[in-house]
Amino acid sequence: MTVPTLATPAPNPPASGPAPAPGPRRVQGGLLDPKILWSAAPDAIRKLNPWTLWRNPVMVIVEIGAVFTTVEAVASPSVFAWLIVAWLWLTVLFANLAEAVAEGRGKAQADALRRAKTDTIARRLVDRDDWTGREEAVPAPQLRQGDRVVVEAGDVIPGDGDVIDGIASVDESAITGESAPVIRESGGDRNSVTGGTRVLSDRIVVEITQKPGESFIDRMIALVEGASRQKTPNEIALNILLASLTIIFLLATVTLQPLAIFSKAQQPGIPDTSALDQNGITGIVIVSLLVCLIPTTIGALLSAIGIAGMDRLVQRNVLAMSGRAVEAAGDVNTLLLDKTGTITLGNRQATDLVPVGDVAVERLADAAQLSSLSDETPEGRSVVVLAKERYGLRERAAGELGHATFVPFTAQTRMSGVDLTAIGGEPARQVRKGAAAAVIAWVRDSGGEVPARTGEVVDGISASGGTPLVVAERRGGGVPQVLGVIQLKDVVKQGMRERFDELRRMGIRTVMITGDNPLTAQAIADEAGVDDFLAEAKPEDKMALIRREQEGGKLVAMTGDGTNDAPALAQADVGVAMNTGTSAAKEAGNMVDLDSDPTKLIEIVEIGKQLLITRGALTTFSIANDVAKYFAIIPAMFAAVYPGLQALNIMRLHSPQSAILSAVIFNALIIVALIPLALRGVRYRPSGASAMLRRNLYVYGLGGLVLPFVGIKVIDLLVQFIPGVR
Amino acid sequence: MSDTWAGIVFLVTLVAALALVHRPFGDYMARVLTGTRHLAVERGLYRVGGIDANADQTWSRYLRSVLAFSAVGVLFLYLLLRVQHSFWPPYAVPQMSAAQSFNTAASFVTNTNWQSYSGENALGYVVQMVGLTVQNFASAAVGIAVAIALVRGFARNRTDRLGNFWVDLVRISLRILLPISLVLAVVFVGAGMVENFHHYATVHTIAGGSQTIPGGPVASQEAIKELGTNGGGFYNANSAHPFENPTTWTNWIEIFLLLVISFSLPRTFGTMIGDRRQGRAIVAVMAVLALTSVVLLLVFQGIHHGTVPTAVGGATEGTETRFGIPDSGIFATGTTLTSTGAVDSFHDSYTSLGGAMLLLNMMLGEIAPGGTGSGLYGILVLAVIAVFVAGLMVGRTPEYLGKKLGGRELKFASLYLLTTPALALVGTAIAMALPGERAGMLNSGAHGLSEVLYAFTSAANNNGSAFAGLSVNTVWWNYALGIAMLLGRFLPMVFVLGLAGSLGRQKPVPVSEGTLPTHRLLFVGLLTGVAVVVVALTYFPALALGPLAEGLH
Repeated sequence: MTVPTLATPAPNPPASGPAPAPGPRRVQGGLLDPKILWSAAPDAIRKLNPWTLWRNPVMVIVEIGAVFTTVEAVASPSVFAWLIVAWLWLTVLFANLAEAVAEGRGKAQADALRRAKTDTIARRLVDRDDWTGREEAVPAPQLRQGDRVVVEAGDVIPGDGDVIDGIASVDESAITGESAPVIRESGGDRNSVTGGTRVLSDRIVVEITQKPGESFIDRMIALVEGASRQKTPNEIALNILLASLTIIFLLATVTLQPLAIFSKAQQPGIPDTSALDQNGITGIVIVSLLVCLIPTTIGALLSAIGIAGMDRLVQRNVLAMSGRAVEAAGDVNTLLLDKTGTITLGNRQATDLVPVGDVAVERLADAAQLSSLSDETPEGRSVVVLAKERYGLRERAAGELGHATFVPFTAQTRMSGVDLTAIGGEPARQVRKGAAAAVIAWVRDSGGEVPARTGEVVDGISASGGTPLVVAERRGGGVPQVLGVIQLKDVVKQGMRERFDELRRMGIRTVMITGDNPLTAQAIADEAGVDDFLAEAKPEDKMALIRREQEGGKLVAMTGDGTNDAPALAQADVGVAMNTGTSAAKEAGNMVDLDSDPTKLIEIVEIGKQLLITRGALTTFSIANDVAKYFAIIPAMFAAVYPGLQALNIMRLHSPQSAILSAVIFNALIIVALIPLALRGVRYRPSGASAMLRRNLYVYGLGGLVLPFVGIKVIDLLVQFIPGVR
Repeated sequence: MSDTWAGIVFLVTLVAALALVHRPFGDYMARVLTGTRHLAVERGLYRVGGIDANADQTWSRYLRSVLAFSAVGVLFLYLLLRVQHSFWPPYAVPQMSAAQSFNTAASFVTNTNWQSYSGENALGYVVQMVGLTVQNFASAAVGIAVAIALVRGFARNRTDRLGNFWVDLVRISLRILLPISLVLAVVFVGAGMVENFHHYATVHTIAGGSQTIPGGPVASQEAIKELGTNGGGFYNANSAHPFENPTTWTNWIEIFLLLVISFSLPRTFGTMIGDRRQGRAIVAVMAVLALTSVVLLLVFQGIHHGTVPTAVGGATEGTETRFGIPDSGIFATGTTLTSTGAVDSFHDSYTSLGGAMLLLNMMLGEIAPGGTGSGLYGILVLAVIAVFVAGLMVGRTPEYLGKKLGGRELKFASLYLLTTPALALVGTAIAMALPGERAGMLNSGAHGLSEVLYAFTSAANNNGSAFAGLSVNTVWWNYALGIAMLLGRFLPMVFVLGLAGSLGRQKPVPVSEGTLPTHRLLFVGLLTGVAVVVVALTYFPALALGPLAEGLH
C-alpha cells in the first residue's frame, strides 16, 4: 500500500501510512514542532477575545482574574504583582495556544483541499436523457442535484455524483493523496465520483448528487478546519464536571475572605504581608489561589484534545463526519468485519492444482503458468509462484516463448490466457484460464469434450470456500482440452488472530460477515480467530444483526461500500464508508475512509479510545495537581498569622511571594508542557480495563500528585533570585 | 483492663457485630422494599390515605411526594411547637419563639436534629412524642426511600417508574424502624433508661443540696434517635446524660444502632441490583474511611498538647468518666460520620486535630456510612463522579452498573456535589463577616472560627451535632441554620431523584472486558481517594484557618 497523505502541509510530519501488516503498530500522532507554536501565536492572542473564550468556562474565569489583577497591579504596583499578572495572562494565552496549534494542523490540510476546489465549467446536458446530445457550459457552483454533465479525459469533475454512463480512469489524488488512478464506471458499486477529481481517460456522463456548496470537499474542509465543531456528549459531560469544580473552588476561595479578615483581626500584633492585610487576602493572591485550584490544565487542553483526535483520524485518511462518531468508536462493543479484504487478503491465492482426465499435473502446471505470465493480478502471480515452488517450473520470460500474444481478462470473456505461435518444433498453443463456465463454453464451442470430473472438482473447490479456475489448452489445430483446475483460496492476513485477541481483551467482539456458506465461513472464522460469523449474509441479515446487537445495548461498528450496505451503515453506531464506494454508502456512514481500507476500523476504535483516555488522564492530572498547590499557597498566605501553618510548607519554599509565584508559574507552564500530549494522545495499549485504569491512575493520578511538588520547588529555587521578589 | 485495651475490644466487637449483621439485615431490607405483598395494616393505611399501592411513580412524582410529605411535617411540627405551651402541659413549658420553632421543625424533618434549645427545659412530652419522635421515624424513612429510589434507577431499565414513595415510607416505618425501635426501647429500659411521664422530681442529696431530676418518655425516643441517625437528645446533654445512656454497653448499643442501617444498605443495594459484589465494594469504602477516621481521632486525642491534658494524662475534658476517652472517641466518630449528631462527649473540648477529624467526618458529605439512606445515595453519587473520570481513563464513555454517565447524569451528580459545600462555606463566610453573629462564639481566634465552621457544616450536612460553645439561639442563627438544613436536605434529594430518573430510563450497557470493574479493590481505593481528595480540596483553606491553625505546631 502506498503512503497516502493529504497533500502534506508543511509543518506536519508525513502522516504515517497504515502498513498492511496489522502488527503491534500503535496509534500515534505527530510531534510538536516549535515552529507550529510560533505560527499559532497570533491566533492565540486573537482568542483572548472574551466572546470567543466564553465557551470555555474555566479559562474565562482565569481571564477575568487576569483583568482584575492587572487593575490591582496598576493601583498598587510591585514586582511580585506584575509577575503574577504576567503569568496569569500567559496562562490564558497558553490555553489559546493549545487550541490554535490543534486547529492549525487542520487549517493546513484545509488549504490543500481548497486548492483542489478550483472553479470549473461544467458541460451540462441540455436534454437529461440524451447522453450524446447538446451540451451547455455552466459554472460548477450552479449545478443542481439531478443535473447530468459530460466529463471527458482531462476535465475536472464539476461536482459529486454517480457515473450513469461510460467508464473512465480518474485521478483522485486531490482527496486521497493516492496518485494511482482509479476506475469509475456506471452501475455497480464503483460509480461514485467526487468533485475536484480529474478524469484521465474516456468519457463519462455523471449525474450530480450534491446540493450546491455541500460537496464532499466542502464538507472535508469544514471538518478538518473544525468550523462545524460541536461539543460531543462526553465533552459536554466533562465540561459540566469542570464547571462545578470551578464553582466549588470559587466558593472555597471567596468564602475564605471573611475568615481571613477575622483571623487577621484576632492577631493585632502581626504586620501586614503582601498576601494578607487588614482588608483580608490581597486581590493578587486570592486570584492566584483561585487560578491554581480550578482545573486550568484540562480546561486549557480540552478542546485541543478533541480537535487533535479528529486530526489523528484525518492523518490516517479517515474523515469523521462528527466528533460524536469518534467518541462512539471508543465505545464500540461489536465490530462487523467483511471477510474479503479485511480478514483475508482480498486477493485469493492459488493453493492447489487438480488435473482432470489423464492429464499429468506437470502439464497442467505448465499451462497454468503460461496463462498467468502476463497476469499481474495477485491471483495470477500466485499461480506462477505455486508452479515454481511446487512443480519446479522456472519463470519464463516472454521472449523465449516465440510469438506470444497475451489475451487479457475482460468482463465479457471472463478468461485470460496466451496464444503462442509454433516455434522450433513446438506446436502453436492457445491456453485459457478463467471462470469454469467461461472456459468450458470456450472448449465446447470449439468442439472439445469436457470430462465429467471437471464439474465435480469445480464444485468441490467451491464448497470448501475456494475459487476454481479452469485451465484449458488447444494444441496445433486440434480441439481444446480441459487440463484441470486451479484452486484459489482466501488466505487469512497475517497477524489478524493477534489483533482479534487484542480486541477481545479490550472487550470488543468481532463478527465476520461473509457470503460464503456456513462451513467455509466456520473454517475461516476458526483460522482467523473471530468470535462469531454471519455466513451467506444478505444486506438484510447484516441489518438484523446490527439491530439485535443494539437492542442489547451494544454499539456496533462496520465498514461498507455498496449501495446495499447503506441502510446498515446508517444503522450502525460507527459506519465507515469506503471512498471507492457509492455515494449512497458515503452519505449513510458517519466516517469515510479515503484509503478504502476496511482494516482501519480497528485503528479508528483505538483512536476513539485514546481520545477519551487523554481527557480522563488530564482531568485526573489536573485535579491531583491541586494538592501540591495548596501546600505551597496556604502557608504562604497564613503562616504570618498562624506560624503553626508553616508546618504545611513541606516544600520549604523560599518565601511567601516566591511560593505563590512558583505555583502560578507551574500552573501555566504545565499547560505548555502538556500540549504535545494533548495533541498526540496518551500512550494507548489495548488491554483490559483494570490494567489500563491501574496504569493511568499511577501515571496521571499519582504522577499528578507528586510532579507539582517537584516542579514548584524547582521553580521556587529560580524565582527567589528575581530582584524584588521577597 | 486498661482504658486503651477496653477501647480496642469495644471497637473490635462493634466492627465484628456490624460485619455479622449487615448481610442478613441488608437482605431483609431488600425483601421489604421489593416485595409485592402488603400487610393487612398497610392495606388499611393505603385505603385511608387513598393511595394506589401498586402504582409506581415517576421520579418527579416521587420527588413531589417526598417534598409534600416533608413540607407537611415541617408545618405540623412548627405549629405544634408554637402552641405546645397552651395545652396539656405536664409541666410549665414556655412558648417557643417563631425562629426557634422554625429551626427545630426544619431540624427534625431534615433528619438533622440540631437543637438550639435544651430539651428538658423547652419541650413538653406531647411535642417530644407526637412531634419529634414521629419525625425521627419519618425523616429516617424518607432518607431510605430516596436511596432506594436511586437504587431502583440503577436496577431498572427502560422505565420512568421508580417505585411508590408512600409504599416505601410505610414499609420502612412499619417493617424496619418500628420493630427494632420497640425491642431496643425495652432493652434500654432494662438498662436503666427512664420511660415515664413524671414531672421534674426534686431530690435532696446527702450533701444537703437539692437537685432537679427530669423524667420523661426517653427510652422510646432513644432507640429511634440512634437507629434513624437522628441524634436529637431528649435532654440537653444528649447521650452523655445517664438517663439517655446509662452504661458502657448501652453506649455500645447506641453506636451499633446508629451505624447498622447505613452499613447494611449497601448490601440491600447489591441485592437489589443483582450484583452483591457492588454492594461489597461500597461497604468497603465506607469501612475504610470510618476505620481510618476513628483511628486518627484516637491518635490525635492521644497526642494532645494542652497543659491540662498533659497534666491529667489524657484529653479527658468534656468526656464522661463512665465511657472514657476511647469509647467517647468512637461514639463521636460514629455520630459525625452518620449524620446522627447525638453526642456522649463535648466535641468543643476535643484536641484541635481531633476536632478537625470530627469536622472532616461531616465534610466527607456523610457517606461513611452516612445517614439512613442519605449515606448510600451520597456515596453512590460520588461513585458516579469517580467512575466518570476513571471510566474515561479506560477509553469508553463512562458507565456505572451498566448505565452510561452522560451530560444529564453528570449535571445531577455535580449539583449534588456542590450543594453542601456551598451551604457550609457560604454560611460560615456570612457568619464570620457579621460582627454581631460572630459574637456568639465562646472562644476567640481559630477555635472560635472552628465553632462557626462546625455549626454550618453540621447543618448543611444534616448532622446536627454541635461543636458547642456557640450560642445559636438567636433569630439569625435559628433562621440561617434552619435554611441551611432544609436546603442541605432537599436540594440533594432533588438531584438524587433526577439522577435516578435518568438512569432508570436507560437501556443497560452490557458488561465486557473493556468495562471498568467497580467491584474490585482498585475501585475501592479509587472511590476512597476521590472522597478524601474532593473533601480536602474543598475545605482545606477553611480548615487551615480553624483547627489546623490551632493544631499545627
